[in-house]
Amino acid sequence: MPRGQVFNIQRFSVHDGPGIRTAVFLKGCPLDCAWCHNPEGISPRPEILMTPSRCIGCGECVAVCPHDLPIPHRSPSAEDAEHCLVCGACAEACPTEARQVVGRPMSVGEVVEVVLKDRIFYDDSGGGVTFSGGEPLQQSGFLRAALEACQSRGIHTAVDTCGLAPEEDLLSVAEVTDLFLFDVKMLDDSRHRRYTGVSNRQILANLKALGRRGQRIWMRVPVIPGVNDDAENLEATAELAASIPSVERVCLLPYHPLGESKSKRLDRDVSLPDLHAPTPGEMQNLLEMVEAVGVAASIGG
Amino acid sequence: MNDRTRRLRQQSLDAMPSISSERAELLTDFYQEHLGRHSVPVLRAMSFFHLCQNKTLYLGEEELIVGERGPSPKAVPTYPELTCHSLEDLRILDSRPKTSYQVPEHCLEAYESRVIPYWQGRSLRDQIFAALPREWHEAYEAGIFTEFMEQRAPGHTVLDDKIYSKGMLGFKQDIAESLACLDFAEDPQAQEKCEALRAMDIACDAVILFAERHAELAEDRAAAEQDPQRRAELEKIAEVCRRVPAREPRDFHEALQYYWFCHLAVITELNGWDAFNPGHLDQHLLPFFEQGLEEGTLTRESARELLEAFFVKFNNHPAPPKVGVTAAESGTYTDFANINIGGLLEDGSDGSNEISHTLLDIVDEMHLLQPSSNIQLSRKTPDALLERALRVIRKGYGFPSIFNADTVIEEQLRQGKSLEDARAGGCSGCVEVGAFGKEAYILTGYFNLPKVLELALHDGCDPKTQQQLGPETGEAASFVTFDDLFDAFDRQLRHFIDLKIRGNQIIESIYARQMPAPFLSVLIDDCIAEGRDYNAGGARYNNTFIQAVGIGTITDSLAAIKELVYDKGTTGLDELLAILDRNFQDQEPLRHRLIHRTHKYGNDDDYADELMRRVFQSAFEAIDGRPTAKGGTYRLEMLPTTCHVYFGSVTGATADGRRDGQPVSEGISPVQGSDRSGPTAVLKSAGKMDHVKTGGTLLNMKFSPSLLAGEEGIGNLSHLVRSYFKMDGHHVQFNVVDAELLRQAQADPAGHRDLIVRVAGYSDYFCDLSTELQEEIIARTEHGSFSQAEARAGQADRQDKVLVG
Repeated sequence: MPRGQVFNIQRFSVHDGPGIRTAVFLKGCPLDCAWCHNPEGISPRPEILMTPSRCIGCGECVAVCPHDLPIPHRSPSAEDAEHCLVCGACAEACPTEARQVVGRPMSVGEVVEVVLKDRIFYDDSGGGVTFSGGEPLQQSGFLRAALEACQSRGIHTAVDTCGLAPEEDLLSVAEVTDLFLFDVKMLDDSRHRRYTGVSNRQILANLKALGRRGQRIWMRVPVIPGVNDDAENLEATAELAASIPSVERVCLLPYHPLGESKSKRLDRDVSLPDLHAPTPGEMQNLLEMVEAVGVAASIGG
Repeated sequence: MNDRTRRLRQQSLDAMPSISSERAELLTDFYQEHLGRHSVPVLRAMSFFHLCQNKTLYLGEEELIVGERGPSPKAVPTYPELTCHSLEDLRILDSRPKTSYQVPEHCLEAYESRVIPYWQGRSLRDQIFAALPREWHEAYEAGIFTEFMEQRAPGHTVLDDKIYSKGMLGFKQDIAESLACLDFAEDPQAQEKCEALRAMDIACDAVILFAERHAELAEDRAAAEQDPQRRAELEKIAEVCRRVPAREPRDFHEALQYYWFCHLAVITELNGWDAFNPGHLDQHLLPFFEQGLEEGTLTRESARELLEAFFVKFNNHPAPPKVGVTAAESGTYTDFANINIGGLLEDGSDGSNEISHTLLDIVDEMHLLQPSSNIQLSRKTPDALLERALRVIRKGYGFPSIFNADTVIEEQLRQGKSLEDARAGGCSGCVEVGAFGKEAYILTGYFNLPKVLELALHDGCDPKTQQQLGPETGEAASFVTFDDLFDAFDRQLRHFIDLKIRGNQIIESIYARQMPAPFLSVLIDDCIAEGRDYNAGGARYNNTFIQAVGIGTITDSLAAIKELVYDKGTTGLDELLAILDRNFQDQEPLRHRLIHRTHKYGNDDDYADELMRRVFQSAFEAIDGRPTAKGGTYRLEMLPTTCHVYFGSVTGATADGRRDGQPVSEGISPVQGSDRSGPTAVLKSAGKMDHVKTGGTLLNMKFSPSLLAGEEGIGNLSHLVRSYFKMDGHHVQFNVVDAELLRQAQADPAGHRDLIVRVAGYSDYFCDLSTELQEEIIARTEHGSFSQAEARAGQADRQDKVLVG
């Protein structure tokens, strides 16, 4: 059985499907969205994550690094990244967890053990496990095995996906998935390419394939002002949702500004408009727009 | 709130706590004349009668429920027979920055000329301290334990439904029957019982007289009143006070006023801990409420107005002034009356009703410091009540707290109570469990677990003073295995529990002999039937608690030592102790490693949680089941009030990375800031404790307001609570405030006078807390929500993360 490359397991996750859930974040994503909030989920390989505010400048990381690379308080550079072997020695030496390895191989059994810890909370709240990422279908063999192991123990399973994966992988995973949280970012393909780096054709085809299976789906739309919050896109999205009977609702997820360090990371020539968080009023308008098409909708979820 | 309630509430909020010497003066006069002329119980009852007969009455404009303990709202009497404050004590009370009491010049004069000369050396506190052995004093001064009864009487009890169907005349009849049954020929204790019963009889008369004086005052006021509506109200008050407490109440108003007279009487007779408490108020009032509505003599509005007037009365009564260590362990104006909402009926069915919801509405709208309130949540309690309570909690005042009614019952069954008595019981004070109306359940003092570990690591010697306080249980270097170390801890623990209990036996017998509580005995079964006072074991059940503090700190310390010294062997115990003794000087990286990189209780990590269970079991075995001086049983309790700050101040640096003098963990909550795996993990860790074996545990959780927003937020919190209670969790309470607001309040106390936060088993004004306690509350982990959606919201901590390799 393959081991999964897991970069976080978050208990008490309450916005990723129904009830109280445990979210398992798998590394690797085929998209490169301009607004990505989880850049550490994009690469399939382990990486070193630095939280400068936690650094006390003790220098223990420098002392143990085989390349004398990490320097306390310093922002990363491409040069560092090139030399870093991600051996994890600096993270192990760091007393404050300012340096952490993101991504560690875990067996299905190890993941299930953590997931089962909050079983009592799932029972009461109608929760369960949500596999997210990154894009969990990037590790579809591991994902399927982990879902199967959870489902066979009576745990409700959800998969939070960007939708881009070979259809056979998706359908295989669907057999052991109770609910899909399926991102539909925008319907216009050229815009999709521009902001996420990929076409949405396969994504939309996958959505329909799941629909044909009668798979329960919550369609999720990250609302990015100036990128996909126009009436045309939202209405088209709502109509798409309405055309697939097993889409139970459309979840509108308001974008929030992320800070400089995230966008700097991008090396593609994409200029996002000057982004702001949508106001509650704006979100409410969009919600009503979607509902007007006759689809159940929510803000968040 | 209507305009009247708003005004009464504002008057209560505006009144400044002050000391009244009236009670001390009346009592001194009485004792000077009567001491030695009566048996102790009769003397106590007569002195109580003297107080009821002579104390200044207060009947405020617009009041509906009447009676004050002092001459006016928030004027607090003193109890020199228990603790005789020195002039210095009084000056400190007057001038200390937190929880001060204004001390009028007249009070100082009365103390100097009459009260101190008579009581100095005679007060119970003086007698108790003189009687306790030297080792006890040494341990007490080192901060290993505190002592509740050194300046306040045993109390901690709650009333059941008995007064709603029986007046004081009825109780007098019960007393007469009990007296008639005394067998002087065969029962060697008959004379003692006779004196106890005579005292109870006098106490009943005293309370009837007290009410009649109020009736007369109301009649006088009515005669002079111009406003016909107020005149009618005063006439009604007079009528009520003529009726109760002499006879059983006939309506809603009389029921509330009857309880209030009992409350005043209990807290006037002695200064028992936790004042007094009506218990299941919603259940008790329901028949009067329904009858009033049916007869048309009561409306929902008038019932609510009376309840609000009743609530204001509690807020008018700050705790009697505490000094010394007791002020440190319980530094608050709150006197812990804690109204139970919901719960079960004696037949096991759901006990919540319409008044339960009304009480929550009142708590929500009035947000007074007192009374505290809690909901007793059973499997059978409707979700609607929990959700209503959570909507109040979400506003951030810290109340109501939530108890697991099913576990509360199971705990009591384990203690041997009948099922019916257990169901009619509930919680009072902070989190203490008792059979209402039938039990003396007494907190005797906090117990400093981390300090005991410190002694075990120093061969029984206190590193603060170099004094040998405990037995020599071996140099740290001699601990070859972790079990050796734990065994030394266990022996120190037993030694100090033994010492604590030895002290308690002395104190309990002094109270039993010298400080009976005849009026309280009238109210608590089976004091009348047994002819025995509450303080002498007359109650049906007698449980005495020792409250262990710092379970989080000691668990994390043991986990760090076990991992670094015994499992990994990266650090020697001697080396670690030397670092602790130097308070981590020049060892910041190691201190951070201890904080961030070792196993911590509160993260559902079995490595740490197993150690928590082991410490808990040791404390349980050392305490539970041991006999008390008055025929009761010792039990373990897990609550701190504000003692975790005091205990921290006397405990050196600990192996969990805590610096010398910092607060230890509170209740059964994880060490402040160490619970990093979210709220479900905290609840799982806490759920591994065997709550049923305790008399109460206290768990604090702090949530960011955004987590609890919307219907979904209420749903999430509701599921967390229900799930914790499935694990037999005893109690949980929530602070829903963000750290930023608390920082603002620190910077601008004047602008945040009304900010109420949860401390331990009670809420308090944030600005009234000591700076150390304010910092401790800010340091508690604030649980937000964790999800992609929230991550999109750009959590502050995530923002500055960058990938470096």
